[in-house]
Amino acid sequence: MTSTAPPTARATPARRRRTPRDRGMNRAFRLVSTGSGALILAVLAAVAIFLVARAWPALTTPGAEIAQDVGWFPADASFLSFVGPLVFGTLLAAVLALVMAVPLSIGIALFISHYAPRRLATALGYAVDLLAAIPSVVYGLWGAMTLVGFVGPIWEWLASFLGWIPLFEGPAATPARVMLTAAVVLAVMILPIITAVCREVFLQTPKLHEEAALALGATRWEMIRTAVLPFARSGIVSGAMLGLGRALGETMAVLMILSPGFLYSFAILQAGQQQTIAANIAAQYADAAPIGVSTLIATGLALFVITMAVNMAARAIVARRKDFSGAN
Amino acid sequence: MTTTLTAPAEDERTAAVRASLRQVDRRRSRVDRIMQGLVYVAFALAMVPLVWVSWTVVAKGIDRFDVYFLTHSMRGVFGGMDAGGIYHAIVGTVEITLGATIISVPVGIMTAIYLVEYGTGHLARWVTFFVDVMTGIPSIVAGLFAYSLFVVVFGPDVRMGLMGSVALSVLMIPVVVRSTEEMLKLVPNELREASYALGVPKWLTILKVVLRTSVAGIVTGVMLAVARVIGETAPLLVTVGVIDSINFNLFEGRMMTLPVYVYGQYSKGFATCSESAIDCIRTINFDRAWAAALTLILIVMLLNLVARLISRYFAPKLRG
Amino acid sequence: MKLSRFSRVGAAAVATGALALTLTACGSDDPVGSTGGSDAPSEASELSGELNGAGSSAQEAAMDAWRAGFQSANGDVTVNYDPVGSGGGVTQFLKGGVAFAGSDAALSDDEVAEAKSVCLDGDVIELPVYISPIAVVFNLEGVDSLNLDAATIGKIFDGKITTWNDPAIADQNPDVDLPDTAITPVHRSDESGTTKNFTDYLAKAGADGWPYEADKVFPVEGGQSAKGTSGIIQTVTGGQGTISYADSSQAGDLGTVAIKVGDEYVAHSPEGAAAIVDTSPRVEGRGEFDFAMELDRTSTDPSTYPLVLVTYDIACATYEDQATADLVKGLFSYIVSEEGQQAAASAAGSAPISDTLRTNAQAGIDAISAKS
Repeated sequence: MTSTAPPTARATPARRRRTPRDRGMNRAFRLVSTGSGALILAVLAAVAIFLVARAWPALTTPGAEIAQDVGWFPADASFLSFVGPLVFGTLLAAVLALVMAVPLSIGIALFISHYAPRRLATALGYAVDLLAAIPSVVYGLWGAMTLVGFVGPIWEWLASFLGWIPLFEGPAATPARVMLTAAVVLAVMILPIITAVCREVFLQTPKLHEEAALALGATRWEMIRTAVLPFARSGIVSGAMLGLGRALGETMAVLMILSPGFLYSFAILQAGQQQTIAANIAAQYADAAPIGVSTLIATGLALFVITMAVNMAARAIVARRKDFSGAN
Repeated sequence: MTTTLTAPAEDERTAAVRASLRQVDRRRSRVDRIMQGLVYVAFALAMVPLVWVSWTVVAKGIDRFDVYFLTHSMRGVFGGMDAGGIYHAIVGTVEITLGATIISVPVGIMTAIYLVEYGTGHLARWVTFFVDVMTGIPSIVAGLFAYSLFVVVFGPDVRMGLMGSVALSVLMIPVVVRSTEEMLKLVPNELREASYALGVPKWLTILKVVLRTSVAGIVTGVMLAVARVIGETAPLLVTVGVIDSINFNLFEGRMMTLPVYVYGQYSKGFATCSESAIDCIRTINFDRAWAAALTLILIVMLLNLVARLISRYFAPKLRG
Repeated sequence: MKLSRFSRVGAAAVATGALALTLTACGSDDPVGSTGGSDAPSEASELSGELNGAGSSAQEAAMDAWRAGFQSANGDVTVNYDPVGSGGGVTQFLKGGVAFAGSDAALSDDEVAEAKSVCLDGDVIELPVYISPIAVVFNLEGVDSLNLDAATIGKIFDGKITTWNDPAIADQNPDVDLPDTAITPVHRSDESGTTKNFTDYLAKAGADGWPYEADKVFPVEGGQSAKGTSGIIQTVTGGQGTISYADSSQAGDLGTVAIKVGDEYVAHSPEGAAAIVDTSPRVEGRGEFDFAMELDRTSTDPSTYPLVLVTYDIACATYEDQATADLVKGLFSYIVSEEGQQAAASAAGSAPISDTLRTNAQAGIDAISAKS
């Protein structure tokens, strides 16, 4: 009797079975790779947490107290009124660099994608990429030792002929260790990244659109204006934003070229008017009391937030574009 | 019949259209030419700094750039002495960058694998998003992070090469993830499916099929990432400090690196030479800075070149 | 096919690695070829280990010479000096990060109190080891030297005098043909002992020409500025009509100002700088070996040059371990020795300290010991 009872184990719903794919090495591999992804989130969180933790004393201490320990902190300032001119200077430098770099980059990218002979184009593309390969400290060295002397007379000329524009208000500083010089170097530094993005999207312009424009009798420029540029508009914007992000965080070139000052000033030909956050950190960092380091880290946090906002904006614009991935 | 009648008229019309098409009006062709000129000028302008910087660095750096300079440190060198080299800085740069690579590459590649092969749902979307955010971290902020981290763990006077490695890897990881992700996406799904169909487990498929197909691209990406961080100055300035002597130990003591060396020599400025000194060069520090800059550029260019060659010769030819 | 591609990449990687290894194999830590030093067993070579210091960049050139001299006498010793600036050096020293600090200004009373803890309740030792005249340098075509009193210098740096042919300058320099070039004053952008000494001089000797107090940070807003003495020299050299202040050793080919002391105009000289230090009193109420100075800026003795920078080397009288104490002792003894001061004088153009100061300082150095 008892033996007739069939083994019920097999009939009961099996305990939740792992799919045969998710066992042993498979499982380990999946966990490791997922862990790596999570690790990145953790690192970024750590960056934010450490910066906030180290910046906290500066954010909560009254300005007068900071000024006691820190020579370069103005006596009657709060943290906000200290960081304000720095944010202004950072944005000014980056925007100036962007204004110079974007039209040039579009030109270069067009040259490579639509004007240069095909075989030459690849080589020229590499040449522009090499600009990105030159380390920033070398740009700084070049800017401080060579460019400053070279642009001096040009800036003087600018100040005397265009001095009525507030931006070019004279007298031009001698030597030309001014915002405009720094911005020129920044522009050179962000050219390659903007160019690279523009080139990619220009090359992705549907061939049919271009041929259609040409077939309708458009000149080469009209074809570019009617087919290529509209297609690439968001790409250009996102490239510019990436360049902006890079320019915001650039340290060495500004540090080595600019004669710093802490004013809300648009006078980009005068010395001692503006300073950027990154250069200020590098300049003051080594020689600072603990609360000073904390203040600098707090400014670094501000920089982090600004660049993050710029990058997010750039990504949001890119995300609106169709995703061209090879797979699927 | 009808055709013969209408033919001449059609010919005339076609000819007229042809003529009007051929004869682009003056203004349009002028605009076209001007824009072409502008594009050429833009390109020429971009070449100016490239040529100028390279020329300046080579012209000013080549004098001191020799075997002695590459194989000696700065220990005991002072004033306007005609001596000293960058060996210690090369050692530091190589070790710190290697350290950063060792940290970044596994994390970067595994994350890319996660994103391409496994990633669905919230985590993947967050990771993608924050990798992008991470790309934008200013280098000096990465340095501050590494400094803060090590101060918390080891106390305020900590100085070691590893700090620099950590700072650089914060900058490097997102670049590696991005480029690897692109490369993995290029691997056709057919390859994966073929592998699954043969009963190969997923992890082996990834390892033996996906990674192997895209290895050249990944190596290229890693080398470009290395080239990008090897020239970073600011994060090393705030973390690793400076030293004159050779330090092989990544885990203890200060280390010199090439970019910091360039900046340090530049900051030292003119050397003091008394009138009686014979063996004294006033511009020695700048000379060393230029020569070190030349070395740095050569290293970065070499890395770029190798990366390009790898991607050109080893890249999978999918469309072929 | 794929396999061979993989191995080719592998081979490339191996080749790169091998290259890196060969690079590692051949390097020398003895660029000067100091045969007398590290190779020959020297009598003082029982010292070994690593000593870290940080601080004033003003004495970096001198410290380079001292480290080189000390290291070549003691082959197993490595002395590092991070020229982070006085504030940073003192901060690191007070936190115990470095064994000694170089500072452009003597410690404040608070800092001396704070040093008690890192010095294990022992005294702190401050030695004025590096004395350098500060030169007022300018770059003006055709002019090599100018006579100016402190008030005029103050007005120039305050932006009150804006052209080189201003009557205030011309009156004091009847023999010089002054152009109407605009004056560009250049100041230090970083915290600096040089700035503090310079503004201290202007505040005390400059009468109505300088309404500010002595400060490490230059008090006038805006204007051209540069980081470090070298940055100053580079900026002054790179501009036209520029004027600034810098350690005299760095002045190079630039024009320098003879400042008014008493009734005469005195050019900078090491002798004048050493003289003003000898005649100045010590800060009161400090430890026995704390040689902080109260510099006499308003001296009227024309054999002195009151615009000087004195930088101190700061150490503890008591250290945790014997090795560090011995190293600091050895290094400092070398620094104050005649040989060390001469090395600094030729490498950095400083003024050697007087024999009296040397004897006193050596007594302080001898007191350095490990905690028993």
